[in-house]
Amino acid sequence: MSARDQVLGAIRRALAVTGEEPSRRKIVADRLADHPCGVIPARGQLLPAARLALFQKRVELVAGTVARVATAEDVPAAVAAYLRADGLPPAVRRGADPRLGAMPWEREPSLAVAVGASAGDDLVGVSHAVAAVAETGTLVLLSGPDNPTTLNFLPDHHLVVVDAATVAGDLETVLSRLRDTWGQGGGPGGLPRNVHLITGPSRTADIEQTLILGAHGPRRLHVILVGEP
Amino acid sequence: MTRAATSDTFADNARHALADPALQGALAFVETNFPARRRAVVDALPEFEALRDSARDIKAHTLAHLDLYLEAWEARVTEQGGQVHYAPTAADANRIVLDICRAAGARTVSKGKSMVGEEIGINEHLEQHGIVPVETDLGEYIIQIRGEMPSHIIMPAVHLNRHQVAADFRRVHADLPKDRDLDSAAALLNEARATLRRTFLSADVGITGANFLVAETGSSVIVTNEGNGDLTCTLPRVHIVLASIEKLVPTLEDMAQLVRVLARSATAQEMSVYTTITTGPRRAADPDGPHEYHVVIVDNGRSAMLAGEFRDMLRCIRCGACLNHCPVYHAVGGHAYGFVYPGPMGAVLTPSLIGVDRAGALPEASTFCGRCEEVCPVRIPLPRLMRFWRDRAFAQHLPSPVSRAALAAWGFLAARPWLYRGVTGLGTRLLARLGRVRGRFAWLPLAGGFTATRDLAAPQGATFQQQWRQRAASGPERPRPRTVPSGNPHGRGSEPLVAEPRAAPAPAADRPSGRPRPVAVGEPERPRGPEARP
Amino acid sequence: MAVSKRVGLLVTCLVDLVRPSVGFAAARLLEDAGCAVAVPSQTCCGQPAFNAGDRRTARRIAEQVIAVFEPFDYVVVPSGSCAGQVRLHYPEIFQGDPAWQPRADAVADKTFELTQFLVDVCGVTGVASRFSGRATYHDSCSSLRELGVRLQPRKLLASVEGLDLIELADTDVCCGFGGTFCVKYPEISDRMVGKKATAVTATGADLLLAGDLGCLLNIAGKLSRDGSGVTVRHVAEVLAGAVDAPAIGTAPPAVPTPTEAKP
Repeated sequence: MSARDQVLGAIRRALAVTGEEPSRRKIVADRLADHPCGVIPARGQLLPAARLALFQKRVELVAGTVARVATAEDVPAAVAAYLRADGLPPAVRRGADPRLGAMPWEREPSLAVAVGASAGDDLVGVSHAVAAVAETGTLVLLSGPDNPTTLNFLPDHHLVVVDAATVAGDLETVLSRLRDTWGQGGGPGGLPRNVHLITGPSRTADIEQTLILGAHGPRRLHVILVGEP
Repeated sequence: MTRAATSDTFADNARHALADPALQGALAFVETNFPARRRAVVDALPEFEALRDSARDIKAHTLAHLDLYLEAWEARVTEQGGQVHYAPTAADANRIVLDICRAAGARTVSKGKSMVGEEIGINEHLEQHGIVPVETDLGEYIIQIRGEMPSHIIMPAVHLNRHQVAADFRRVHADLPKDRDLDSAAALLNEARATLRRTFLSADVGITGANFLVAETGSSVIVTNEGNGDLTCTLPRVHIVLASIEKLVPTLEDMAQLVRVLARSATAQEMSVYTTITTGPRRAADPDGPHEYHVVIVDNGRSAMLAGEFRDMLRCIRCGACLNHCPVYHAVGGHAYGFVYPGPMGAVLTPSLIGVDRAGALPEASTFCGRCEEVCPVRIPLPRLMRFWRDRAFAQHLPSPVSRAALAAWGFLAARPWLYRGVTGLGTRLLARLGRVRGRFAWLPLAGGFTATRDLAAPQGATFQQQWRQRAASGPERPRPRTVPSGNPHGRGSEPLVAEPRAAPAPAADRPSGRPRPVAVGEPERPRGPEARP
Repeated sequence: MAVSKRVGLLVTCLVDLVRPSVGFAAARLLEDAGCAVAVPSQTCCGQPAFNAGDRRTARRIAEQVIAVFEPFDYVVVPSGSCAGQVRLHYPEIFQGDPAWQPRADAVADKTFELTQFLVDVCGVTGVASRFSGRATYHDSCSSLRELGVRLQPRKLLASVEGLDLIELADTDVCCGFGGTFCVKYPEISDRMVGKKATAVTATGADLLLAGDLGCLLNIAGKLSRDGSGVTVRHVAEVLAGAVDAPAIGTAPPAVPTPTEAKP
């Protein structure tokens, strides 16, 4: 008997089922197809302006920082301003995201912008979130060439661009959008390798429960929120 | 096999723990810190109790259909290019992981925190076969270099203070300058960060656990704060996920419900820093991520739990709230439990994994105070499940002969009221007489453990039932004088202490109004309370 | 007065054996609330056996309790722990038993902890006793978590003239009694009760009250061994104004003890 049959057989014996019961199969198929929502906190159910304000507040509560800019064209200047304010060298690495690519980086001539995954020697990474969640101040990033996962974790400073229009009230709204885009069994074959839900900079409290930022990932998380509601 | 345990010497382990000042200092942190912080974050979310119901229902539903969700999940993992390996036992899981590591030519393995990895002893197994596993969660790293088990399922090194950690770092990081400053937690973190960054970049295989497996998408989900889990599953060529069968949830929406209660219960965060949903290996165009994605799905006794009264335990999402709120855990810490799962959840889970004959002391070591159940995000009735283990232990004649005999004697009496009356009537009078000078005992046979550090109050005299019957026999039932029973040997004199009827409560002027009834009674002229102290 | 409630007083084995004055205080409070109180012949609720895994003995004792108490309108218990045993665990013991489950459920439904019964069922809003002093109140785990009793004793204590109630820190934390736990794991139990005793002392109260004699014996034993001056009583004694018996674990004033009063 294969290990697979052994485990599934043991589960079925324990549940006293065969796995062939049409009623059980329908219950499971329906749940997977309908993916019902559970309890959605009222906290994030706000009109756009208040939602953005909540998002900003929640990011700040988890030790992130937020800069708001009017348009995507303002992002390079906001990046440069962040580096200057922190006394960092004018160099960043970003992914191939076309939204980032379309930004006028040339307006910051002193800023060196590398493109691609990080090998661990970059101080600052710039990513573009696919969405954000106001309820908890969470950024949603997808792995892939546009926004390589290494940029989220290896640099000391992670700067994340968020389009205000993609800030949702709750996590379920974002997950449902991802499903619509990436398909549930069809389309390109499912979710990207990683969906990262990031809420603040890396931290640990493993020694004497002393909270310290920058455990293994970024020490700072800076959100550049683009656009008005 | 499952990792070696010392749960059978719990009582001794506990005694040592109680006498360890460094440990006691560390535990005081847990006791004062976590309950208050959890309370605050829970109070900030009005829907929290409803979310607990939702979380419980999701897990219960999934467990009832686990075979089908497992099949659906497996199909999705495979479609995305991942590989699923079934491990009926811990030994199977260890062998599978070793085979994958060997096939990848691995020499170094980076590890994210995995409780099932601790359970099966994967590190020991890899080491025995010449592969170097390096824990990368800070707490796990610390206990790995100390050769210890985790003492907490969320904060593995919570039993240590920074000075102990500094000593270990000086011992292990021997190539660093001797005079470096390691006095602060931040300095220790920086040293670990630099050391482990090299591990991340050089490891051939990364092993993580999973907080959830999502059937709908074929994903594994890890919930972390440090970022080590993400580096572990991103940088090496091969990513292995170790997950036990009960990690399944149906959909992303179900995961979202559980994530909401997990972080709040575990670390009093609204959301952990990194919740990462991982599906398959890196895609063709991806510039980073592993080329292989394996999930080792571990049973190791869980399917057996599914059959019976311990199914509820499989809802556990390993948040550690039960540990953080457990007064026994606060007293003895995690290592006393002798296995990787301590506290109330461990007291239920460990006997399932290593046998109640070896771990029967754990479910015994509870006052059933119920604080664990009160905070469990998936509403596991932990005291009840501990009691189920006691039922089994009793049925297997595991409790000591002395305790069984004492219990049997009490049970025999309690089931025979006439005999009970006779024996207890004599016994209490005897004890009352023996203890009447001080009103308490500093030592009593059979209660030596109790009276070693506490006094035991002496009985007042005749039993309540004897006195009550005497009173009923000695006069009309009603109206009855307000009295302390005459049989009370401590009464001042043999006369019944009859109270004067109390002045009726004064009206509105000096007493709150709205009292519905004329209420009794007392003996206002008698000394009361503290003044009455002998 | 309306038709009086017929109450069977389940006095608990600890009160029966160690501190009858609590039973009389409870009876007095119930009578004052208009109840007709009876004390049927009883032994123990069976909790020690139930918690030790001895289901057979627990069941035998539970059957006896059910049979004795089912004729009453209510069963009232001056203990959250024993009330919880009847209310929550008897139905569990007899689950699925066609003959006994309905009887267990019926008795469970009409079983109450003393202060819970006075406040929630009888509508008592206050007592007329007096007690001058500063007291603190310990919630037993069973009262608090199994029965949801928290406000009821405080409401009644607030009406005691002269009594100043000071809240205990960590009032939801166990004192470490736990029935046989305190004998099986005395060192752990002692650590727990040590913390509780410290918390009690820190309130500055001179009297500790609780609704469960198990907790009281445990905490009183620790306070007394530590030489604390805090006295300890069951809440019913203070509510009923029946405080002439020496406090728990103390002796009567040092006058020659009269011969034990016997009928």
